[in-house]
Amino acid sequence: MSAQAVPTPSSYEHLLDVHDLVMEFPVKGGGIFRKVIGKVQAVSGVTMYLDAGETLGVVGESGCGKSTTGRAILQLHKPTSGSVTLRGKELTTMSNEDLRGVRRNLQIVFQDPYASLNPKMPVNDIIGEALKIHGLWEKDGLDRVGDLLKLVGLSPEHGNRYPHEFSGGQRQRIGIARALALEPEVLILDEPVSALDVSVQAGVVNLLEDLQDTLGLAYFFIAHDLSVIRHISDRIAVMYLGKVVETGTRDAVYNEPKHPYTVALLSAAPEADPNSERSRQRIMLTGDVPSPLNPPSGCRFRTRCWKAQDICAAEEPPPIDHGGGHLVACHFPVTDISKETASAALHAARGFSSGDPREGRQEALRRVESVESALDIAKGPVGGGGG
Amino acid sequence: MTVPPTTPPDDVPGGSVYGPAAEEATELFQIYEPPDGAELAAARGKSISSVGSVEVLKVEDLTVGFPTEDGLVRAVRGVSYSLHEREVLGIVGESGSGKSVSSMAVMGLLPKGARITGDISFRGTNILSMSKQEQRSLRGRKIAMIFQDPMTAMNPVYTVGFQLAEAVLSHEVMSKKAAMARAEEMLNLVGIPQPKERLNSYPHEFSGGMRQRAMIAMAVINNPDVIIADEPTTALDVTVQAQILEKLIEVKDAFNAAIVLITHDLGVVAGMAHRTLVMYAGRPVELGKTEDVFYSPRMPYTAGLLGSIPSAGETGRLRPITGAPPSLINLPDGCPFSPRCPLATDICRTVEPELAPTDAPDHLGACHHWDRLAAAPDPTAFFRTESEARR
Amino acid sequence: MSTEEKAAAAASAANGNGNGNGNGTAAQGLSIVARTQGQLVRRRFFRHRGAMISLTILVLVILLAYTSIGFAGIPGWWIWNYYTPGKVVNRGAPTLSLWPTFLGGDGFAIGEHPFGQDDLGRDYFALTMRGAQISILIAFVVGIVGTLIGVIIGALAGYYRGWVESGLMRFTDVMITIPILVIAAVLGQKFGGAGPLVLAIVIGLVLWTGLARLIRGEFLSLREKEFVEAARALGAKPTRIIFRHILPNTVGVITVAATLLIANAILLETALSFLGFGVRAPDTSLGLLVSTYQNAFATRPWLFWWPGLFIITIALTVNFIGDGLRDAFDPRQNRVRA
Ligand SMILES: Nc1ncnc2c1ncn2[C@@H]1O[C@H](COP(=O)(O)OP(=O)(O)OP(=O)(O)O)[C@@H](O)[C@H]1O
Ligand SMILES: Nc1ncnc2c1ncn2[C@@H]1O[C@H](COP(=O)(O)OP(=O)(O)OP(=O)(O)O)[C@@H](O)[C@H]1O
Ligand code: SF4
Ligand code: SF4
Ligand SMILES: [Mg+2]
Ligand SMILES: [Mg+2]
Repeated sequence: MSAQAVPTPSSYEHLLDVHDLVMEFPVKGGGIFRKVIGKVQAVSGVTMYLDAGETLGVVGESGCGKSTTGRAILQLHKPTSGSVTLRGKELTTMSNEDLRGVRRNLQIVFQDPYASLNPKMPVNDIIGEALKIHGLWEKDGLDRVGDLLKLVGLSPEHGNRYPHEFSGGQRQRIGIARALALEPEVLILDEPVSALDVSVQAGVVNLLEDLQDTLGLAYFFIAHDLSVIRHISDRIAVMYLGKVVETGTRDAVYNEPKHPYTVALLSAAPEADPNSERSRQRIMLTGDVPSPLNPPSGCRFRTRCWKAQDICAAEEPPPIDHGGGHLVACHFPVTDISKETASAALHAARGFSSGDPREGRQEALRRVESVESALDIAKGPVGGGGG
Repeated sequence: MTVPPTTPPDDVPGGSVYGPAAEEATELFQIYEPPDGAELAAARGKSISSVGSVEVLKVEDLTVGFPTEDGLVRAVRGVSYSLHEREVLGIVGESGSGKSVSSMAVMGLLPKGARITGDISFRGTNILSMSKQEQRSLRGRKIAMIFQDPMTAMNPVYTVGFQLAEAVLSHEVMSKKAAMARAEEMLNLVGIPQPKERLNSYPHEFSGGMRQRAMIAMAVINNPDVIIADEPTTALDVTVQAQILEKLIEVKDAFNAAIVLITHDLGVVAGMAHRTLVMYAGRPVELGKTEDVFYSPRMPYTAGLLGSIPSAGETGRLRPITGAPPSLINLPDGCPFSPRCPLATDICRTVEPELAPTDAPDHLGACHHWDRLAAAPDPTAFFRTESEARR
Repeated sequence: MSTEEKAAAAASAANGNGNGNGNGTAAQGLSIVARTQGQLVRRRFFRHRGAMISLTILVLVILLAYTSIGFAGIPGWWIWNYYTPGKVVNRGAPTLSLWPTFLGGDGFAIGEHPFGQDDLGRDYFALTMRGAQISILIAFVVGIVGTLIGVIIGALAGYYRGWVESGLMRFTDVMITIPILVIAAVLGQKFGGAGPLVLAIVIGLVLWTGLARLIRGEFLSLREKEFVEAARALGAKPTRIIFRHILPNTVGVITVAATLLIANAILLETALSFLGFGVRAPDTSLGLLVSTYQNAFATRPWLFWWPGLFIITIALTVNFIGDGLRDAFDPRQNRVRA
């Protein structure tokens, strides 16, 4: 009888909840029947969330499934399994018609400012299209587009121009204006600043932060540049080969990384300081990313991990909370970073030093080889770095 | 980077696969011992300063224009630099400032309509005055290029081995078998495991990082003297980037080659480049030793660029340079940076400054008021406060 | 907060902080005149000398053909018609003379029958003009029919993929493997008597295959482009994506393919008429004229040359115009940050 007893449709924990998301792409062979000969496990059980007004920074190796996760959240790719809920509403099972309504709340900005705008459309149409699709275009439509242009720091007069008349940074702003036209709550930003020089990049990052402050947007921010991620994120998710290996607040992840891959990643980030950059230790991971066609058993990082033990191959490490929502999926989390760096370096060097150096080198190669052949990258038409 | 500099063993011209690693093996181990800052710095210092004295490439007053509907796009307006053996020259600057176009001009890869003037000399001979035949044999063999997107630079319908062998055979007469052996050696050199098997792979069967390595192998297979790398790692994550850059350095030292490294990532330039060239609106605006350019910039644009990098400690707003880059068709009078420059005075709006020595003879800047930056204890912070005062 | 309020608030926030490439300054980087894509294309086309000359010649030929002997009951300015036989003068030799007298010629003269007469004494200029009318009609109808079918099939196959694609492309493949001439001959046999318009539609039904493949390829690559993905993310329906986003970006390819198709159609009609499957007497086409008088080549070459000249002119000019259009639509031509 009481109000509490009635479950309100708005009872949800997080604005956006991604649970155990799996995304597989079939790999087809040649021939007439194009039989499916394998599956690219692009995303394998990703769980993450996003609250209103916060930024989740997503980093990880090229080809680890960051873009695929973003697109699967948007249902641009139908996920193989798992759930994505926005305000408690399940998106994966929604009909296309219903999804169209949800898209108002969920938008994306792409990496390439040149490929993501239709070259045959003037800017007004590019931005106004969203309104037209959702039947929101009224007499004052152009004024609203003008407002959006102002919002991203362009002027309404630019609306009649075509994308090729703008610089990369300005195009990226147009892409953001288009995404904002429907007043979304969540914005997926897939490497929005990678193609830009640092000054233009800083302008776009500032713009995003201003918009977040005034409009309360939540960002799913994918990037390779760790200093940008550190600047803009509230929380970080580190991905490796289709899985989230570490997630936590920005400070927790940057100051106390616990997963060996995170440690390696942070150690490799270049700094714009010649002296420290040249004398700094960084962890070199040997070998390439294993193939997502045939990921390693147990911990997926074990083929390149300097701490790997037998258990790492046998059992997949579950995410364990190290306090304050700092989840780490590793059997042997890192505690002392500088020691770890040295031991990683030793691990990498060991191959070169057993007896005759030539043999050492060969031994190292053999080790990598066995990893590679176990992963069997050579088969199947799959590019590792596709974005 | 963890692997120290490698110099080619005297007896093996061009270096061998095992040579450098074999020599360095014990040394490696020492460097990997728990970090000792001073020792490491010394090792790194050695690597970064081992530049030869022989000049391999000299570009003088290069200009490139593209005639278009709206007028002549002056994409490059007078670029000059020289490059020595084993040197790495970093080129940074705003998007669209002519970094790629100037290197494409060196490679002879510009579209037909482009208007090129100036001198490009390779070991003393002017390339632009050579016959087409001679130019072709030089480019690809002595001057090689690594592109940002290896997928577009490699042909998807041929195996990696075939393409590598083809690169050799187009410049040298040798048997197909020998060319394949060479290709295998190169794949091994850039750290691709099982090189023999990998020769038969197609480019799409490689991961992004492996493809980029194969590109490096292709670029160095003819033992080039100059390697031009245009954003070689922009699409890759930092761990793969570190591996690739290390390979590049290793290969460069093995072959005595010089590298032109174009990138937006100032951290990469800081770590790798001996000298840094900053471009703005088609012109070099600053050139000097990397430390000099980073620690004491003598051109406000450089200071502004350095100031817009997010730094670890600060969480406040970033500080981009105000204003937009100028139109390359319709450049402002005087210094092209003057509409955005907080130090601009009347002379800046009438006379375009030349690239000239500033406080050190090897530190060039194109600014009328570089002395104001020199007078400031921290030029980057100085630029920042001046910009804010202007608002 | 309403959108407007929100937007205004954020705008003031963004500007108040002196944002990067902010308002006033952005305009300075964009000091060139805004021009629509159409204007750009037109400008580039007008600059293409070969295409402009060809366009002029083609327009003149069309005007000449349709005004001289009239069309669909409207009388033309030429004195003869193409069907009334007359007395054969001087073996039907052309009376047109272009050699000036000072070069030893007869001076400039048109004469009674500038292109000569055929066996029945019909005026050969009038006949050639009739042939040109029909050939041009066929060419353009084929162009339209073939392009429509090709674009629809190619677009559906390229956009929907899956079984739609397999089905349509298998069908296309089958059409391609059968020589066009064979299909056209069979159909022409059946419909050749039904008039040139029907014949044109039949040829159009045969000639779309190449275009369909081309368009499918374009669609396959465009549908993966980020701007199409962006439209999907906005919730655009497939029809909107096809018509507003992908098709406009294939206009260049379509136009070029259509001009090639037109040139092809003229040649195919010629070949069909040559084999006797095309337009039937008493009506005529350029191809029919050429094939009828191929035996007269040695004795009365003008009967072969005049229609031949018009075939070549039409085919060549259409091809050149296609070239010009391809260049005009080339997106690489506007890769400028001005
Ligand atoms: N449409 C597709 N078909 C088949 N495989 C795909 C497809 N899209 C992505 N993949 C594969 O899925 C994996 C993850 O790709 P994704 O683009 O998500 O990586 P990413 O983390 O965004 O990498 P990057 O940092 O290089 O952009 C890759 O191995 C990629 O090759
Ligand atoms: N073929 C061309 N025709 C006309 N203009 C061109 C052409 N190629 C390049 N440009 C122009 O020349 C200028 C310099 O381009 P370039 O590619 O060298 O820039 P960049 O410094 O490499 O920039 P980024 O960092 O974005 O790669 C740009 O304004 C570009 O638009
Ligand atoms: S689980 Fe084992 S292999 Fe995986 S990261 Fe941790 S230590 Fe390394
Ligand atoms: S010359 Fe003048 S405007 Fe140009 S950078 Fe120097 S101070 Fe600024
Ligand atoms: Mg990606
Ligand atoms: Mg470039």
